[in-house]
Amino acid sequence: MDHPFRLGRALGALAGLVLFVGVYLGLVLVPPDAVQGQVQRIMYLHVPSIVTAYLAFTVTCVASVLYLWKRDLTYDAVAVSSAEIGVVLTGVTLATGCIWGKATWGVWWTWDARLTLTAILFTIYVGYLMLRAFAEEPQAAARYGAVLAILGFLDIPMNHMAVQWWRTLHQPSSILRPGGPSMDPAMLGTLVVNLAGLVLLYTYLLLKRIRLERARHRTVALRLQRGRRG
Amino acid sequence: MMTEVLRRTWAMTWKDVTVELRARERVTAMLFFAALVLFIFNFALGPDRDRLAEVAPGLLWLAFLFTGMLGLGRSFQAERENECFEELLLTPGDRESIYFGKLAGNVLFMCMAEAMILPLFGILYNLDIWRHIPALALIAFLGTVGFSTIGTLLAAMTAHLRAREVMLPLLLLPLTVPVVLGSVRATDAILGGGGLADVSHWVKLLVGFDVVFLVVCPLAFEFVLEE
Amino acid sequence: MGGAGAPLPAVSAPVVEVAGLTKVFGRTLALDGVDLSVARGEVVALLGPNGAGKTTLLKLLATALKPTAGGGTVLGEDLLNGRDAIRRRIGMISHNHHLYEELTAGENLHFAAVMHGLRASGARIQKALDEVGLGEQGNGKVRTFSTGMKRRLVIGKMLLFDPDLLFLDEPHNTLDQAAITLLNGYVAAVRARGGAAIVATHNLSRAYDMADRFILMHDGAVTYRTEKSGLLAERLRELYTRHAENGEDGLDASREPRAASHEARGASREASR
Repeated sequence: MDHPFRLGRALGALAGLVLFVGVYLGLVLVPPDAVQGQVQRIMYLHVPSIVTAYLAFTVTCVASVLYLWKRDLTYDAVAVSSAEIGVVLTGVTLATGCIWGKATWGVWWTWDARLTLTAILFTIYVGYLMLRAFAEEPQAAARYGAVLAILGFLDIPMNHMAVQWWRTLHQPSSILRPGGPSMDPAMLGTLVVNLAGLVLLYTYLLLKRIRLERARHRTVALRLQRGRRG
Repeated sequence: MMTEVLRRTWAMTWKDVTVELRARERVTAMLFFAALVLFIFNFALGPDRDRLAEVAPGLLWLAFLFTGMLGLGRSFQAERENECFEELLLTPGDRESIYFGKLAGNVLFMCMAEAMILPLFGILYNLDIWRHIPALALIAFLGTVGFSTIGTLLAAMTAHLRAREVMLPLLLLPLTVPVVLGSVRATDAILGGGGLADVSHWVKLLVGFDVVFLVVCPLAFEFVLEE
Repeated sequence: MGGAGAPLPAVSAPVVEVAGLTKVFGRTLALDGVDLSVARGEVVALLGPNGAGKTTLLKLLATALKPTAGGGTVLGEDLLNGRDAIRRRIGMISHNHHLYEELTAGENLHFAAVMHGLRASGARIQKALDEVGLGEQGNGKVRTFSTGMKRRLVIGKMLLFDPDLLFLDEPHNTLDQAAITLLNGYVAAVRARGGAAIVATHNLSRAYDMADRFILMHDGAVTYRTEKSGLLAERLRELYTRHAENGEDGLDASREPRAASHEARGASREASR
């Protein structure tokens, strides 16, 4: 599972390139929204962030199931690494959402469905990281974390339903509509490019973090080895 | 085999209830705490009768939830105090019956507390709850079960943890948002004169939540118990 | 005899046969590659100071813990895959009582029996209570019991479980003489019926009375093995100081138990001249 150094480098370079294109498109080339003005550009970070975060948490859930089944700590390394990046991405989503909200609606926070859901998601996975930190030893951290990650993932669709029925202030989804996206094609294209860039960045960071985690496993094993007799 | 599972589940529930009824720590604490919460809310929200009536369902469920968490936090207390966790590990047979036994005990205690909180709530906030008791009871039961499924699992998980009093609510509350929202909205509609048919989508969500976690949590319990 | 009715392994089959048992807790190596073999009708004592890994080894064999590495069989069942079958046929007496204080003696036994998968009638429970001298205290809450009475109740629980393999973890702490006699008698009875027992303790004189074989441990590893035949109590104390407390590795010398005990006999005779 050790990826050659070159692959990691290539991936990082590719991510950087795509993101550069995306940012250039988003901040410079594509015209701003007719209604919202320049502020709307924040969408090119906000939406890809949350989508990539969901991807990250899906990976965490799958890796958690695999860990509980196979008990290979590598799966656990994948789970925690992906969750960490997911939490950061969710935080970015929240922050950009607040900024966007302040600029558009004049308030830092509203209890609208999407923002609330993102906040709940954030809390669930911050809880995941805290649970792991407080567990007494790595095996317990891995097991408890895996169970929580699975519970959290199963919870997400139900959270969606509940919160959405409770509130909707957000503009109705302009991408996932039955008739197809209603967004300007240039904007949609920019969005997709940024999403691709962010997913590449996520993958790059994930691989790096997994390597770090596995190196940590090896350090612990080596230390034990040295402590052994003869 | 099935009868053994049922017998073990029943034994576990019986043991929890008996130990609690004799020690009388949990239920007393839960009741006093609930009464306190209801009082404090009144002071915090001011004397405006109408405003209180508006937020009443939320207050009721806040009281239920805080009390429920207090109870859940103590659900593995007996095991911790008597150092019986090791015994649970050594017990042969399936882990699911241990989980269901614990769950049944927790649901029972929470329902007992709710049954005493509800009339108190009606009196303190001057609300006519008596007409709606059947519907309210159903919602309360569905919500309690949902809350307790994840709650029992997390209580076992956090029993050994540092900062467990903080960790249990921190982990439990975000996961049970569907239960909280569903129960409060449904209670609100019912107290406002609606029937269960009006809140059928919430009821379905509560039932769905309960079913999903009644299946997943006992399976996950095994991973929580082992060392 | 036979726990939940399962047949005992064949006469020659060992009750415990494990190799390379290792347990890591986070960054601590609690147990390092331990091999152990226990035959039917044997009482084996694990001797060592605190932190030697005795309790960890007991818990691993009792399936309360999962090994980080290594494996084997207990009562013919695989340590990793046959855990449920093993649990049905073992009993553990540890310094934690595992009794619920708010329940009565009778209720504790009934609960334990049901959780163990046994049908325990009131008569069987009363019989168990009688046999440990608690016949009159069946309805007394365990909270009111003395330590000795609690330990008797645990033995009563063992009588109900009827295990083929008994684990004892520091069983003699804070016991009065009557309870100790009862405990020793029970272990002897288990041995006589073809079962086995493993005792972890740092109390050498008690271990010397009870056990047939001694396994000395230090810092998570086995440092010496010896049999009781021909071994004097003082010699055991010497060996304990050398191998368990000071950690000197005597495994090569003890690999052939017969030869070693012969040597030990000769050496102690030399020393006493």
